Amino acid sequence: MSTTTIFVPRDAAALALGADAVERAIAGQIAARGLSAKIVRNGSRGLHWLEPLVEVDVAGTRMAYGPVAAADVPSLFDAGFLDGKTHPLALGPTEAIPFLARQTRLTFARCGIIDPLSLDDYRAHDGFKGLERAISMAPAEIVREVTESGLRGRGGAGFPTGIKWNTVAGAEADRKYVVCNADEGDSGTFADRMIMEGDPFVLIEGMAIAGLAVGATKGYIYIRSEYPHAVATMRAAIDLARSAGVLGRSVLGSGHTFDIEVRVGAGAYVCGEETALLNSLEGKRGIVRAKPPLPALNGLFGKPTVVNNVISLASVPVILHKGAAHYQHFGLGRSRGTIPIQIAGNCRHTGLFEVGFGLTLREIVDDIGGGTASGRPIKAVQVGGPLGAYFPPQLFDTVFDYEAFAARDGLVGHAGITVFDDSADMLQMARFAMEFCAIESCGKCTPCRIGSTRGVETLDKIARGIDREKNLELVADLCNTMKFGSLCALGGFAPYPVMSAITHFPDDFTPARSATE
Amino acid sequence: MTLQMRAGDIATRVEAILAELAGLEGPLLPILHEVQATFGHIPSEALPMIAEALNISNAEIHGVVTFYHDFRQEPAGRHVLKLCRAEACQSMGSDLTAKRLQALLGTQIGETSPDGAVTIEAVYCLGLCSCAPAALLDGVPLGRLDDEKIIGILEKVRA
Ligand SMILES: Cc1cc2nc3c(=O)[nH]c(=O)nc-3n(C[C@H](O)[C@H](O)[C@H](O)COP(=O)(O)O)c2cc1C
Ligand code: SF4
Ligand code: FES
Repeated sequence: MSTTTIFVPRDAAALALGADAVERAIAGQIAARGLSAKIVRNGSRGLHWLEPLVEVDVAGTRMAYGPVAAADVPSLFDAGFLDGKTHPLALGPTEAIPFLARQTRLTFARCGIIDPLSLDDYRAHDGFKGLERAISMAPAEIVREVTESGLRGRGGAGFPTGIKWNTVAGAEADRKYVVCNADEGDSGTFADRMIMEGDPFVLIEGMAIAGLAVGATKGYIYIRSEYPHAVATMRAAIDLARSAGVLGRSVLGSGHTFDIEVRVGAGAYVCGEETALLNSLEGKRGIVRAKPPLPALNGLFGKPTVVNNVISLASVPVILHKGAAHYQHFGLGRSRGTIPIQIAGNCRHTGLFEVGFGLTLREIVDDIGGGTASGRPIKAVQVGGPLGAYFPPQLFDTVFDYEAFAARDGLVGHAGITVFDDSADMLQMARFAMEFCAIESCGKCTPCRIGSTRGVETLDKIARGIDREKNLELVADLCNTMKFGSLCALGGFAPYPVMSAITHFPDDFTPARSATE
Repeated sequence: MTLQMRAGDIATRVEAILAELAGLEGPLLPILHEVQATFGHIPSEALPMIAEALNISNAEIHGVVTFYHDFRQEPAGRHVLKLCRAEACQSMGSDLTAKRLQALLGTQIGETSPDGAVTIEAVYCLGLCSCAPAALLDGVPLGRLDDEKIIGILEKVRA
């Protein structure tokens, strides 16, 4: 009797929607009916509006059902879902669901497909091919491959990864580090979390390649404390990789040493900024350091350090495996390769959509996202997290590309898109941007620390209809001071959401609003 | 007498944590996390012990403890509810959800209920922005908070 495999995701988004209860119900039915079936806890496919998305392997084709509640499980068995039979929750073959079929999955090729903690699964799906090739190359060749791929940092600033690595590789030191920035603090983003929970070995592989390329022997993954599941999965994966000789004294028998440790943040958004993160790793307050010196030359404990985002590092294995040309063939202009777009908030089809750069905002929000979850008209989307601009529908022709967003006073950031329907009050969103900056400021620069608090007070006055013109001018002045007088992008970019809200949604800042309330 | 016992107990446990973690590179945050995991907060008695073990000043540790939102200097309630206050959750009505939860639990964000049952804390994004509004109850993620789930939270907290 053959054993059927059932997949129930362990991704935190699936757990938040009841995946554990679904697993228990499925296990109960298997036992009660005396069936031969096993359950694999996979990562998420990224179709979050359908989570918990349960899949059944039917003769090699994965059939999807979702969103499944524990109460649905008996009827799924009655309908014969182990044979892929139909049911009101049946979605057909997973790969044929348009949201998935339209994607180009390079970085997320395995996420949701494999058992995240199975090295056999990982190897069976091209795992470690990039690392194996890197081992056969000279460090400078690895760096060149990454440079030629056109990969730019996915943490927000878009700095070319190969160029950063080159600086670290060229530095002389007795010890170097690779630090993975898994602080993922931006609202509307979850790509780092998904890869750590759904395919942790790809991050380990990417960091090991970085270690070989720059001559570093130690890696740290700094994960925010809000991600307990990612922390647990990453730690388990590192232990497995160490036992299998992927990490340790001799990476895959190459003679090169590289090991990784997970460190947990403590609830400070600013620790996503790379120098604040390094201070935090060193056990200090997460205060931003002035640059220069660059972390590449003078980073963790004063040693040359690569600091890269999770997705930057997780994209390296496929680049080494398939070659720079393959990766850089996707995308457009100076934005090469693929980007995992995260569709969040008030949207019908929320989740992760990996695709080459170049879609318009309209395609992402309307065609792929399917409009709002509430069914009301879209009022605005915020792109790039709390420091990103609010875009009105008139600007939905903006192309997803670093330069195109910059040209419209916005940023791609970590590629999160948060959708708002017409009930959103943009004055309140502008106020929140200032409030968030005030709460999370590291306190080093006056414009960021004080300006943001004054921004909140001033916007409150506008909301009450007090001296509107004068106070709007004051907000613009404050934003200007913050933009040019801040050491890092927390104070420097908070003006983007504020000014874009004022510019594109002036009606929300008029006295009439108070009359209608 | 009991107080003295407790202080002694804290010292023993902090010493064990220090013995395990003080040798790490940059050990302070791992130590503070472990202390908080053990006691539910960072007891003031622990600070001078950590300072001595790491050869740094009390003031420096105090600065670190107060800088990070996670570290508590007072014990929390028996349950900790972290409510996401960030944009994606706001777009799905989290402000209203938060108001209702605060009213039903009889305590405000940043406070512990008088009966010690629950502490509500604000967090800014849990990476569950695709199933907003979101929360963490004692480390368990909750998404698409609706009436049914709010009742579920109340039942857990009151159990
Ligand atoms: C306030 C602030 C928060 C940031 N948060 C993050 C973050 O959570 N994750 C991240 O990868 N980069 C974040 N960054 C960007 C980092 O400073 C840095 O550019 C990045 O880690 C470099 O990696 P990359 O080149 O691979 O993108 C943040 C920057 C600022 C100013
Ligand atoms: S801009 Fe704000 S967060 Fe950034 S260094 Fe200055 S005070 Fe710190
Ligand atoms: S904004 Fe609430 S979980 Fe991300």
